Amino acid sequence: MSPGRPDKSNTGVMEWLNDRYPIKAWQDFAKKKKVPLVHGTIWYYFGGVTLFLFIIQVLTGILLLFYYRTGSDQAYESVKFLMTKVHFGWLIRSIHSWSANLMVLSAFIHMFSVFFTRAYRKPRELTWITGMILLLLALAFGFSGYLLPWNQLAFFATKVGTDIVGVVPGIGDFMLTLLRGGHEVTGATLSRFFGFHIALFPGIFTLILVVHLALIQIQGMSHPMGMEGKEAEMKTMPFFPNFVMRDLLLWLIVLNVLAILAVYFPWELGQKADPFASAPAGIRPEWYFMFMFQSLKFLPAHILGFEGEILGIMTFGIAGLLWMFVPFFDRSSLRGVKSRKITYIGILIVMFIIAMTILGYILS
Amino acid sequence: MSEDAKGSQRRSLLKWLLGGGAVAWLGTVLYPVFRYLQPPEVPEANVSSVKAATVDEIPPDSGKIFKFGSQPGILIHTPDDKWRAFSAVCTHLGCIVQYRQDLDEIWCACHNGHYNLQGKNIAGPPPRPLEEYVVNIQGKDVYVSRKA
Repeated sequence: MSPGRPDKSNTGVMEWLNDRYPIKAWQDFAKKKKVPLVHGTIWYYFGGVTLFLFIIQVLTGILLLFYYRTGSDQAYESVKFLMTKVHFGWLIRSIHSWSANLMVLSAFIHMFSVFFTRAYRKPRELTWITGMILLLLALAFGFSGYLLPWNQLAFFATKVGTDIVGVVPGIGDFMLTLLRGGHEVTGATLSRFFGFHIALFPGIFTLILVVHLALIQIQGMSHPMGMEGKEAEMKTMPFFPNFVMRDLLLWLIVLNVLAILAVYFPWELGQKADPFASAPAGIRPEWYFMFMFQSLKFLPAHILGFEGEILGIMTFGIAGLLWMFVPFFDRSSLRGVKSRKITYIGILIVMFIIAMTILGYILS
Repeated sequence: MSEDAKGSQRRSLLKWLLGGGAVAWLGTVLYPVFRYLQPPEVPEANVSSVKAATVDEIPPDSGKIFKFGSQPGILIHTPDDKWRAFSAVCTHLGCIVQYRQDLDEIWCACHNGHYNLQGKNIAGPPPRPLEEYVVNIQGKDVYVSRKA
């Protein structure tokens, strides 16, 4: 700074803040932070998009709370009232539902991009694990929120979903009662799911999200494999303002897509749940559970003396755990080598998920 | 024993006491929460027999879901004029089954499970047959009761 010229950034509010907090240090940090500019830079945006959609979920979720009433005799009616009588109620609910789906999609894309670029490798194992927990929580958000309007589809989806938890050996029965608030899916289940959805999950999610984001700030963004130690040769762009501006532009695009989906494909309410009615034909879960749902459909009643469903559910559970701890199995990534085996496994899993999802929609 | 060794032993004992105290404290905090989350057993009337329908309500080749205590049951009037009743809870993942006229079978829409009209699982993922009930016709009323 040349003498005599006032520092414009250090006047008024900024000066007041600077006197009290290390604002200058944060500014310097933001200025120094760089994002690698490689052919896969597009994938770096999906974490941010997921975060944006989560913010939308929180805001629209708070708005929905002003009218939603829990309880098996009030929930459906309150959502119906919200959608038919409240100004823009249909829009808020539709945005909340669509945004939930896009958030899960964006989180999946983010996860697979991190997987295929091996960004989970040392020293970012914990970033991967916290990310996986966030994805599981996002699925739990989806599952618990799905029941809240208390409609027929959601009722059976919850019956099946909680029954799946119930078959886990040892703790299944305990978990089933814990989730349902009894042995059956009733108003008690609805109260619990409401509590999970609006208090427990948001609390845990926010906490882990803070850790996830802090880890990224501490370690910086992952560089492509083989570029370690060659940072000087690598093209980069400043995080602030270049990457942030691009991020914001993408958020604006996502917001527009969301508005188009919510307006032109509004979320339906369906029939009120009836615990004494047959499961309707064509029943299916949300698309992100479809691959598991369809796989369970294909399994025969008994495999090698085990019940097919137990074997299927245990297989998914073990596969999920292995996936979560992949940074510790993938030894070659530590040497800066992309293991072909891991890539093929990843491709197989993506193909399996896509194929089963498509089959699920064709066959139902 | 040297003073150092004694000091180290005392430290180790203190560590155990403090650690044990912390675990016990955590236990006393978490135990009530753990118990609180388990809903109390609500006594249910042990229903052993109900009037499920009237004869006119269910023509041959059709079925009806009825309340059997807190559980759903399915009453079927078969095409050959027989009456059968089962638990309507699919043995796979607990969905409620229905009667399919086109197949003359009991069917679960959730995972495409099929049972024959004796309640036996014949196709798809259900691992066990449906629990069978006894049907009695008294005048115009159809009564369903548990097997003795």
